[in-house]
Formats: sequence, structure tokens, C-alpha cells
Amino acid sequence: MASLEINSLVKKFSETTAINDISIRILDGEMVGIIGKSGAGKSTLMRLINRLIEPTSGSIAYNGIEITSLKGKNLKQWRSKCAMIFQQFNLIDRLDVLTNVLSGTLGINFKLLKLLKIYSKKEKIEALTYLNNLDLSDKALQRVGTLSGGQQQRVAIARAMMQNPSILLADEPISSLDPKNSKVVMDDIKKINKQDGIMVICNLHSLEIAKEYCDRLIGLSDGKIVFDGHPSSLTKELAEQLYDLENE
Amino acid sequence: MNDSLLKRHITIYSEQLRSRRLWNIFIILIFAVSFFMSSSIIDFNLSQIIDGFPRLSDYIVKILPNLDINLILENSKTEGSIQYWYFNFKKYAALLYETFNMAVLATLMGFIFALILSFLSAKNITPNIYSYHLVKRILEFLRGVPEIIFAILFVWALGVGPLAGIIAITIHTTGALGKLFSEVHENADLKTCEAIRSHGGNWVSEMRYGIIPKVLPNIISYALLRFEINIRASTVIGFVGAGGIGQELYLVINFNYYEEVSAIILLIILTVITIDISSGRIRQKIIGEMGV
Repeated sequence: MASLEINSLVKKFSETTAINDISIRILDGEMVGIIGKSGAGKSTLMRLINRLIEPTSGSIAYNGIEITSLKGKNLKQWRSKCAMIFQQFNLIDRLDVLTNVLSGTLGINFKLLKLLKIYSKKEKIEALTYLNNLDLSDKALQRVGTLSGGQQQRVAIARAMMQNPSILLADEPISSLDPKNSKVVMDDIKKINKQDGIMVICNLHSLEIAKEYCDRLIGLSDGKIVFDGHPSSLTKELAEQLYDLENE
Repeated sequence: MNDSLLKRHITIYSEQLRSRRLWNIFIILIFAVSFFMSSSIIDFNLSQIIDGFPRLSDYIVKILPNLDINLILENSKTEGSIQYWYFNFKKYAALLYETFNMAVLATLMGFIFALILSFLSAKNITPNIYSYHLVKRILEFLRGVPEIIFAILFVWALGVGPLAGIIAITIHTTGALGKLFSEVHENADLKTCEAIRSHGGNWVSEMRYGIIPKVLPNIISYALLRFEINIRASTVIGFVGAGGIGQELYLVINFNYYEEVSAIILLIILTVITIDISSGRIRQKIIGEMGV
């Protein structure tokens, strides 16, 4: 079975060590929640997997292929294989929803015409299908900046799906959303995991939501793994330690 | 807040205030010294200006048209009418149109070159540090040399006419806009770029979808401002034979056709005002509606 294997991964920024010797194995189809307080290294881990930043040492492998040494075209291919959604959505605010979703194809299938916003009919149909699945097809021609936060995050999910990803990395997908929209977005992510069998790795602030949606939780503290297992086996003491509740 | 803390805050505050005041006085002193130094270097003296002033008004009076209020609407054969003053209006209009076109073409081409180069010379998005320094130096050279020098050079090489002027202004516009554009890029938020990189998108895609939509309103503003500047520039540049109304203005000044001088200058001022008003409208419209 295909899997993502991380071995003794280290990432140092000039003075701090953001990721300190982490080893994890995540199987295809798993939905993993990464929990921990801010500054624990959750975002850094995600960016390392996507190769937006370079590790100091250690290895990341998918299906036995080493990721950390990829270059050029292979690197771009890998990035499009592990789609990413962000806390601030990172959409193109001034452009319409459909163009935003179509921009997800810039990695897997780059054409000069796409710089003029000319995309193939097949891709447009695909984009509209994803938008339809997320109940957003009526917003397709609206400017992204005019949508609500929850709608914007779902546009970002549709954009991620355009990449035909094997892995979905979600970096704090609901941190800037209200509870109702948070539920809609998490339900959508869960659906992608269950229906399409895509591996989901999701950074979450809220332990409640992490427990509700994820099959497996990984707790990070100061760049180290302090918990790895089923949500039910996470004890109250450990959870408090993870979030430093006593100290704050 | 207790008393001692309050006192301490007040002392610190007044100390900061005092040091800031000293600093300001120091700066004003430096300005004053450099002002006197530079005025002695350029041989500045007030009496020279006072003596010169009457001569200035002499020239202005000389170039004013001889209009007679009773004959103002008569035909071009009658001295004192507007038509007599503007007997050459058709020629002026054609030349003004040429000047206008020079400015349009030069602004457009300069805009395109500047946009391309600005991505390379913006520190936060440049693909590598060598291209950053190289392009930055090139842009400095392009805008550092006055356009009139380029115009003289191209008139000498290509002959008298608007082509020399267009190339000269294009070069200067590229340098000036390139610097401004790259500064706009440097202030842009890179979140969308990160997203596009995370899709596996290449650098060009990042620029196209991550930067351009975000910076477009500012860029259009700068380009329209540059267009206004270029209208004036393409007038002045005509003085060295680079085409347009400026070439004619230079001619009538040299031949002392006094009334024609005021006729042409008035036309230029009217053109600049018209462009000023309409460019404001255009900018509003573009920023409001365009999603590129």
C-alpha cells in the first residue's frame, strides 16, 4: 500500500529548531490530524512535505520515491500531487471563482495560453463539476473577493482537487472561519478523504474538531512528536500538556 | 498606576521628546548650511532676479495675441480675431496629434518593457539575485540619462522626425516605470504566489496569477501618470528635432513669431488639462472593473 514515510526529519531556522527529528508513516486513505499549539512546527512540517521549504536533514519518501532530492519538473509534479489549502485561503481575490479553480492546473499541465486565462473545455467542465460538488456552481463567475470566508475555503478545496492530488495538505483550514462554516469545510474535507480515498493531513488548532474528524492524531510540541495514535487514546493529561493549558 | 511609575514614564517621555527636538534642530541646521553653500556655488543673487523680471514680462507681453474684442469672431484675414491668431490651427492640430501619438506609443511600449523587467528587479520575487542586480542597474541607466540626450542621439542616427522621439521616451519610461513597478511588487503580499508554487506552478504562473492581479490598480495609476508626463516630454523633445508640436514651437520661438508662441503653448496646456481630467476617469473605471 502506498504510503508517505518521513524519517528523522530536521528543519532548523537560523536559531530555532522548528522540526526536531520526526519520523512518521502515513498510509493512503488515512485522515491524520496534526495538533499542537502555535509555534509547535505544524505549518513547517506541511511546507516541508510539499517542498515549499527545504529540510535541514532527514528524508521524506512517497511510495518509496525520495521527495527531498527532487528537482525541476519532478519537483513540480510532486507539488501538484500533494495539494495544499491554507489558513488565509491564498486565492486570487480580484479574479473570478472559475479562474481560481482552473489555476490549480498550472502545475500538472502548464501551457502558455493559460497565462491569457484560456483553458481547455475539458478542464472547465472538470472545474465546474468540483464547484458543483461543493455547492458553489452558482458562484462560478463571481469575484472571489466578494465571497464569504467559508465559500473562499471551498473554492480553495476545488482548486486543490483540480490537481488530481494523492495527498491533501490542509494548513489550519478553519482557523479564520466561524463554527458553522468550519463544519461545512471539515465535512467537505472528510468527504474527499472517504469518497476519493485521498490521504489528508490536516493541521488543527481545535482538539474537539480534530477528535471528531480524524482517524489518527499526531501531537507536536517544540518540533517533536509527543503523541501518535487514535483520538480515543489521547488522555486528558497529555492533551493539556500538548496545549500547555496549565501554564497559560 | 502608582505615583513613582507615573513619574518615571513622564521623565522618559520628556527625555524622548527632547532628543527628538534636538535631532530636528540638527536637521534644520544641515539644510540651512547646504542651502547657503549651494546658493554661493550657483552665484545666486537677488538683484539679478529683480533686474531680470521686467524682461520676463516684456516677453510675455510680446507673445500675447493682439485681440480686438469687436473683431474677435471675424475671419482669418482680419487682424484681431481668434482665427487670425490661430491661422495655422490645422497644422498645429496635426502636429499636436503627432505629439499625442508619440506619447501614447512610448508609454505603451515603455509600460510593457517595464512590466517585464520589474519582475526581475523586485527583491521579493526575482528568480535570482544576479538578475536582480543586473536589471536594477539597467533600469537606473535607462532613467538616469535624460530623454533629451537619447533624443539627440537618435535624431543623429535616425534622422529628424517622431521615431527618434518615440524611442527616446520609451527608453526613459522603461527605466522610470520599471523602478516604480518593482517597488509595487515588493509591497505585494506573497500568499497567492505561495499557493501557486504549492500547485507546482512555475515562476511565470506565479507572476501572472499571484502578482499581476494584486498590483494592477497601482501599476495602472503609475502608467497614466507617466502618460501625462510623456505628453510634456514629447513636446520638449521636439526641440531637438524629434518631431511633433515641439519642433514647431522651437521654430516659432527662434523666428520670433511671437503670437504663434502663445497660440501653441495655450494648445499644449489645454491638451494636458484634458488628459489630466480624462486619465482620472479612466483610472477609476479600470480599477473598479478590470480583473486581469
